[in-house]
Amino acid sequence: MIRVRFIAHDASEREIEIEADGSLMQVAKSNSVPGIDADCGGACSCATCHVFVDHEWLDRVGPIGQWEESMLGLTPDRQPNSRLSCQIQLSGKLDGLVVTTPEFQY
Amino acid sequence: MNETQEIKKKVWSMVGRDPRTIPLDEIDLSHPGIWQANEYLPFLERLRREDPVHYCKSSAVGPYWSVTKYADIMQVDTSPDIYSSEPTIGILDTNAENVYPMFIAMDPPRHDEQRKVVQGVVAPMNLKKLESVIRQRACAILDGLPLGEKFNWVERVSIELTTQMLATLFDFPFEDRRKLTRWSDAFTAIPGRGIIDSYEQRQELVEECQVYFTRLWNERVNREPGNDLVSMLAHGEATRDMPPKEYLGNVILLIVGGNDTTRNSLSGGVLALNENPGEYQKLRDNPGLIPNMVSEIIRWQTPLAHMRRTAKVDTVLGGKTIKAGDKVVMWYASGNRDEDAIVRANEFLIDRPNARMHLSFGFGIHRCMGNRLAEMQLRIVWEEIMRRFHAVEVVGEPKRIYSSFVKGYSELPVMVHPL
Repeated sequence: MIRVRFIAHDASEREIEIEADGSLMQVAKSNSVPGIDADCGGACSCATCHVFVDHEWLDRVGPIGQWEESMLGLTPDRQPNSRLSCQIQLSGKLDGLVVTTPEFQY
Repeated sequence: MNETQEIKKKVWSMVGRDPRTIPLDEIDLSHPGIWQANEYLPFLERLRREDPVHYCKSSAVGPYWSVTKYADIMQVDTSPDIYSSEPTIGILDTNAENVYPMFIAMDPPRHDEQRKVVQGVVAPMNLKKLESVIRQRACAILDGLPLGEKFNWVERVSIELTTQMLATLFDFPFEDRRKLTRWSDAFTAIPGRGIIDSYEQRQELVEECQVYFTRLWNERVNREPGNDLVSMLAHGEATRDMPPKEYLGNVILLIVGGNDTTRNSLSGGVLALNENPGEYQKLRDNPGLIPNMVSEIIRWQTPLAHMRRTAKVDTVLGGKTIKAGDKVVMWYASGNRDEDAIVRANEFLIDRPNARMHLSFGFGIHRCMGNRLAEMQLRIVWEEIMRRFHAVEVVGEPKRIYSSFVKGYSELPVMVHPL
């Protein structure tokens, strides 16, 4: 089991304990974490599972793919630490991960 | 009708053909007739079942592939390196002089650069500011509806509301706003079918639009940058030096994109609730379902039936070999009814789980830029309808548009019944 902390845009926090399996988006959806839409169901094709990864964790979540980069380009509030949570695969090394969800999914 | 036209009609029209027995190779989804006659669904269903990636070797718009399953459509939409949006996303090839460059019909990197300039105008942050304006206008329109008499919902509500919204986004002179409706209708219409009479007439309207918008550009380019679309284009780094034709192309894109689509979903929702009275009752019992219902309406209506791509390389899709240069048409209207991807896809369910997972906005880099604005407009209108009316009752046959692209209505006769 690993722990992941989701911080909402209004600074409210939610920590969940989950199996290190699947994508961060799937875990967020199945635990009803607010602020994640995931319209395309995890195909990296809608950019509605956008999160900001805490800077300390950026190296550990893996690099941004070329396609993910294109999709992130469609979100007006793109930041250097923006990621699509469907492209972050959970593993033991992400125990303690902290991400912030944006006010809006685009 | 002269003899040649008679033959053409016989050859191309699918209206009245039996979708169960017509030879597969004669199925031509591009023909507008079956869409206007509301006969298209069984043809889509047959192709999904028997020939999901289907080649139509001759049609009025030339040979083309039809992609009808949700997963295959997703595959095409998310592979711009294989399936190009250039030179056009329309099913009909256009000759070079009639091409108005617009970012919907561009591949990366140009697409990304131009889209970035304007997408902020419909970003949720901006929409929040627009919400009260939209609500005020929706209220005024609904409060002005006649009680106890038949009227055309399309004209009085759907067109009026979306046109007002579009005028706001462009900061377009409000009293001239019906010009936007006229231009939008003309750009997608087939001449001789009621909206425009000829291609020459369309060209005149295109030029009228160009003159008008050039004036707006010239006014705004010399002012401080504003929050409207014209000002954004005139000041944006990737767009401020664009040739006039490209400016016009992008204006056309934004007018059409922001107009027909939401308009027809506004009408389509009324029709769907009337055809499914149990769902209308669910809505009365629980107006909290409105946001979910909005997604379901957009799926059910699929206001743009298809988008076209052109294969850049030889490729294989659903076991079929597609050659470089082939025209590939993604039928969103079919994928949205695909039972293999969507549970009970052929039922209109306003409380459907995962209602947002539909193809109407497309997926990938060309995903509808105004999707959140469209959803917001529909949500607000339905919230205000439910505060006023027990029912918006459809009291006559809807008239559908002659198009296999814009899936919508010119008439929806209704009567409204107050609470």
